[in-house]
Amino acid sequence: MLTVRDLCVDITGSDGRRVRVVDGIAFTLGKGETLGVVGESGSGKSMLALSIMGLLPAVAHASGEILLQAENLLTLSEQQLCGVRGKRIGMIFQEPMTALNPAQRVGTQIAEGLIVHAGMSRSDARARAIELLERVHVPQAKQRVDAFPHELSGGQRQRIGIAIALALRPDLLIADEPTTALDVTVQKEILDIFDELVADLGMALIFISHDIGVIGRIADRTLVMLNGKEMEQGPTVRVLRQPSADYTRTLLAAMPRRTRGHLVAGSLEKQP
Amino acid sequence: MTQASLPAIDAAPRAWFSGHLRLATGGLITFLFVAVALLALVWTPENPNRLRILQKLKEPLTSGLLGTDHLGRDVLSMLMAGAFNSLSISALSVIVGMSIGTALGVAAAARRGLFEAVVMRVCDAMFAFPPILSAIMVGALLGPGALTAILAIGTFMVPVFARVTRGAALQIWAREYVLAARMAGRSGVSITAVHVIPNIASHIIIQAAIQLALAILTEAGLSFLGLGVPPPTASWGRMLADSQTYLQLAPWLALAPGLAIAFAVLGLNLLGDGLRDLLDPRRRMSV
Repeated sequence: MLTVRDLCVDITGSDGRRVRVVDGIAFTLGKGETLGVVGESGSGKSMLALSIMGLLPAVAHASGEILLQAENLLTLSEQQLCGVRGKRIGMIFQEPMTALNPAQRVGTQIAEGLIVHAGMSRSDARARAIELLERVHVPQAKQRVDAFPHELSGGQRQRIGIAIALALRPDLLIADEPTTALDVTVQKEILDIFDELVADLGMALIFISHDIGVIGRIADRTLVMLNGKEMEQGPTVRVLRQPSADYTRTLLAAMPRRTRGHLVAGSLEKQP
Repeated sequence: MTQASLPAIDAAPRAWFSGHLRLATGGLITFLFVAVALLALVWTPENPNRLRILQKLKEPLTSGLLGTDHLGRDVLSMLMAGAFNSLSISALSVIVGMSIGTALGVAAAARRGLFEAVVMRVCDAMFAFPPILSAIMVGALLGPGALTAILAIGTFMVPVFARVTRGAALQIWAREYVLAARMAGRSGVSITAVHVIPNIASHIIIQAAIQLALAILTEAGLSFLGLGVPPPTASWGRMLADSQTYLQLAPWLALAPGLAIAFAVLGLNLLGDGLRDLLDPRRRMSV
């Protein structure tokens, strides 16, 4: 469904110098599959996500191919990209507080895409927003739909972010460090929701994180990045058990020993 | 360590109280100012333009509450009528400056690039001119009058609002919900209307209150120089200018408009500061 070939992103600085932040990344992703992208801060993970969405800053330039069902997203105009974003690709952000407009009720924010893209009436969009809130396990969805973001907890706000991304039932979901700002118990609940979405709705998921433990919990395949380059790619279990790159080994070694043991054992159990 | 932390704990309620006291005092003075200005539309103790030469330069309480000027006009009535003129010209100037400045500021933040650079450099150039000097230039072009004062003061406010709104709007454009709105297919204009302006409204309101105080001061300055509303319309600045000749003989003629200007500006400044404390989350947290 999604094929990325030789993707490079260059950023031109104010002094005119170009810096390559994503360098020759390639992968394929099928329906119902989850790709985990892991790497330290500044490794180019978020730039990779933004280039797929066509939301790179003006100073960045992407080259290569991003084929979404055989259509190269890098050749589309801004207007054509507007049709793709939200409708076929949804995105979930890291910080649930800044991902929601504090001046708007959450129901209005979920309904935005439904009204703009799907041409739904306000009442239909509201009813669909309540359905989506139930889908992401927000308690008392009928009341919560009229809440402002500051009235919700961090975990609930992230669920709202997922509901917004899900509104138009996109084929591909990109989650950019969606659990980083959450505490561990809420993290688990959010990961469970992602599991459900991939299993029930057959969405493809790109899950970006700097936490290899979270990636091991959710991803079928893992791409390890450093300085914009691919260090290693393969089935998550293989990457965790038999890492071929030194950097992956460093990432694994940085985890507490017991967590690492549990993670590798847990991943093995997921193998058919 | 303990001693150092004690004053901070004690300071919190005091700061909260002083913040709210500022807002309440500013709000009360501004309310009185607006009420007197509106009352002048329907009632003044005397006709502010009525000349009574035989009653000229009467001391306060001998003829009217605040006495009479060199032409026998009632000072209190002139002060009340002047309040309306001062407020209406200042408010219209702020509306002109706020509308154009905000539109330019949010457009610069939305479009970036060359448009932003041009807008901000023009604003820098406008800052280089003192408002009174700009007003004299506009006055020379259009002749003295209310419109001249409104245009001159309003033009001077444009770069202030443009800078404030651009800075605040750039912060909002960096938020992820704006990215989400772009993903949802919203245009730049739509994002500005739905996401940016509602989230920078508090900055605009605070700035409007502060600029209204400056506008009153500038309007009085223009009237003092003869570039404000033409006679016989009452104006605080011209009352001050007229009182110069009689400063030793009738000091109340200068004191009345001088104190009125000072109180109006004080009230609006306190209101602006109080609103900033109330609406700015960072200051609210520090309080």
